[in-house]
Amino acid sequence: MEKIVLPEIKHLHLIDVYLANGGFNAARKAFSQSPDDIIDQVKKSGLRGRGGAAFSAGLKWSFMPKTTTKPKYLCVNGDESEPGSFKDRQIFEFNPHQLIEGILITCYAIGAKTCYIYIRGEYHKWIRLMENALADAYRHGFAGEQMKEKFNTDFSCEIYVHKGAGAYICGEESSLMNSIEGKRGYPRVKPPFPAQYGLWGCPTTVNNVETIANVPPIISNGWNWFAKIGEPKHPGTILFGISGHVNKPGVYELPSGTLLTDLIYNYAGGVPGNKKILCVIPGGSSMPPLRGDQLEGIKMDAESLKAAGSAIGTGGVMVMDEDTDLVKVLARITKFYYHESCGQCTPCREGTGWMLKILNRILRGEGSVNDLDLLISVANNIEGNTICALGDAAAWPVKFMIERFRDYFEERVSKEIKLPVANKVHSMRKTEFPLAEIKN
Amino acid sequence: MDFKFTRENLDKINDAIKRYPDKQAAVMHALWIAQAQNGWISNEVMQEIAKVLEINPEDVLGVVTFYTMYHQEPVGKYHLQVCTNVSCMLRGAYDIYETVKKSLGIENMQVTADKKFSLEEVECMGSCGSAPMIAVNEDYYENLTVEKIEEILKSLTLTLSKEEGV
Repeated sequence: MEKIVLPEIKHLHLIDVYLANGGFNAARKAFSQSPDDIIDQVKKSGLRGRGGAAFSAGLKWSFMPKTTTKPKYLCVNGDESEPGSFKDRQIFEFNPHQLIEGILITCYAIGAKTCYIYIRGEYHKWIRLMENALADAYRHGFAGEQMKEKFNTDFSCEIYVHKGAGAYICGEESSLMNSIEGKRGYPRVKPPFPAQYGLWGCPTTVNNVETIANVPPIISNGWNWFAKIGEPKHPGTILFGISGHVNKPGVYELPSGTLLTDLIYNYAGGVPGNKKILCVIPGGSSMPPLRGDQLEGIKMDAESLKAAGSAIGTGGVMVMDEDTDLVKVLARITKFYYHESCGQCTPCREGTGWMLKILNRILRGEGSVNDLDLLISVANNIEGNTICALGDAAAWPVKFMIERFRDYFEERVSKEIKLPVANKVHSMRKTEFPLAEIKN
Repeated sequence: MDFKFTRENLDKINDAIKRYPDKQAAVMHALWIAQAQNGWISNEVMQEIAKVLEINPEDVLGVVTFYTMYHQEPVGKYHLQVCTNVSCMLRGAYDIYETVKKSLGIENMQVTADKKFSLEEVECMGSCGSAPMIAVNEDYYENLTVEKIEEILKSLTLTLSKEEGV
C-alpha cells in the first residue's frame, strides 16, 4: 500500500536521501505554474485539513487576499497537544524535508514570504530535528534568499521554528498566532478570520503539519491521483495514531475510509488478552466516544465518522477494553480541559471545574443519578458559548459519554435524588425544621 | 540576585528578534534561553528580558504565567514530568506516578530536599503510542513499567553521585 507522508525509505530525514528520491521536484514544478493554479489543484485534490476540523486546504488558501500591501504569513501548526495524537512528531523525525517542500509550495501559492513552524515546547528533541533539517535545507539553497537562484525564480521565503512552552490551547489557530506574537495564548474572536487579520494583523494561513506534508505529492502526481485514494469525500492517507488497550500501538498511515475495526484488530494487533472493547475515542480526546458495540462497519474518514456520531479530529484513536473504569477516564479527560482552559470565557473556565468536581464526586462513590443530568446540563451550557472550540472539546466527551454509556454511569451512582444543600435549606425552611440540624 | 544574559545568549536572542517584525515576539525564545541559563524564571530574569526586548515587564510576566513550561520556582537538577493523561493512564501511568512519588518522597510540584529531583504531573506529551512515559528534563523515556522507572531513577541517582565524586 502506498504511503504518502511517511514512505518507508531509510534515512529519508537526510536531505541527500530526500533529494535522491525526487525531493524538491514538486516545488520546482510548482514554481513553473501560477499560484492560482496551485491553489486550484489542491482544491480539486480534495485535501482536507488534518488538524481536526477537516476543512478543505485549497479553499482555505483561496481566502487569502490577492491584492494587499501587507506581508502575508503561513503558520504550520505542530502544537500537537490533543491527547491521543502523536503523528506530527513522526513527520518532524522521519520526513522533515517533505514538510519544508510543502511549506515552499504553500507559501508560493498564498504569496507568503515568511513561515513559522509552531512546535510544542515539550518536543525538544523534535524541534532539534526539525531545526537541523531546516538548516540543511538552507545550506542547500532550498529556503531563504538563495532559493531564487536554486529554483531560478523570483520567489523566496524564510522558514522559522517557533517553540511553544506548554499550552494545549496554542493548537487553536488564533491562540497560536498570539503565541507567535509573544503574547498569552488567548484565542481571538472570529471573525475576522486569520486570512483577513492574522499575525500582526496581516493575512495569515494556519495549516496542520500533516496537511502541508501532503502538498508536494499532490503537485508531483497530480490532483487526480490524490483524489482517488481512500474515500472520495476525504481523500488521501491519514496518519492514524492508535493508543490505549491495543497490542501494537503506534502511528499507521492508511487510506482514509479504512475500517476502524481493521485498524484496531489487523494493524494494531487487537486488544491484549482478547478482551472486549468497551469504548473507543476515534479522533483524540475531544471527540465524542463510541460504544464498543457500535464499531462494526465504521469507516475512518470525516464524513463516515460524522454519520456515526463522532468526528475524525486528529485521527488519534484511543481504545479502552471492558475492564476500563470509564468514570475515571472521563474525570481524567475533564481534568485535562479544566487545566488547559485559558480562562477567557466564563462557561469554559467555570464549567470545566464544575464538571470535574461532579465527576470526582461520582468517582468517590458519592454521586447520585441527578449528577448525570447535571453534568449534561453543564456541558450543554459550555458548548457553543465560548470564543474557541476548547469549550466544545470539553463538553463533548462528557455529554456523549454519559448519553452513550448511561447504563454504565447509572450503575456507578445512587438512584436516590440528592438535592444540593441550597435546595435542602429552602425546602426545610418551608417545613419549619430547625436549620441547625441540616447536614449534607 | 541580579540576572544578566551571557554574551552568547544575548546573541541568540538578537538572532531570534530578527525572525519577527516585532521584538515582543522573541519573548518566548528569550524565556527559553533564560531558563537554560538560570534554571528558572525569577523576577530579575523577567526584568532583564523586558529591558533587552524593550517591552513592559508585566507583558513578560503575562507570558511566563500562561505557559506551564516556564518554571516560576527553582526545580531539581532532574525535573521529572509524568504524563497521566488517558492513553498513558490506560497503560498504567498512575502506577509509574506513585512509584516516582514514593521513591523520591515528594508530591506533585515539589523538589527533593537535596534539590536533585523535582516532580510534575503533566498533560499529554504526545507519546500515546509508546505509553506510559515520563520526561526527564528534555528527554523522553517511553514504554515504561514500574521496574523500568525504578531503574531509571537508580541510574539518575548514580549519575549524580558520580558527578559529585569528580
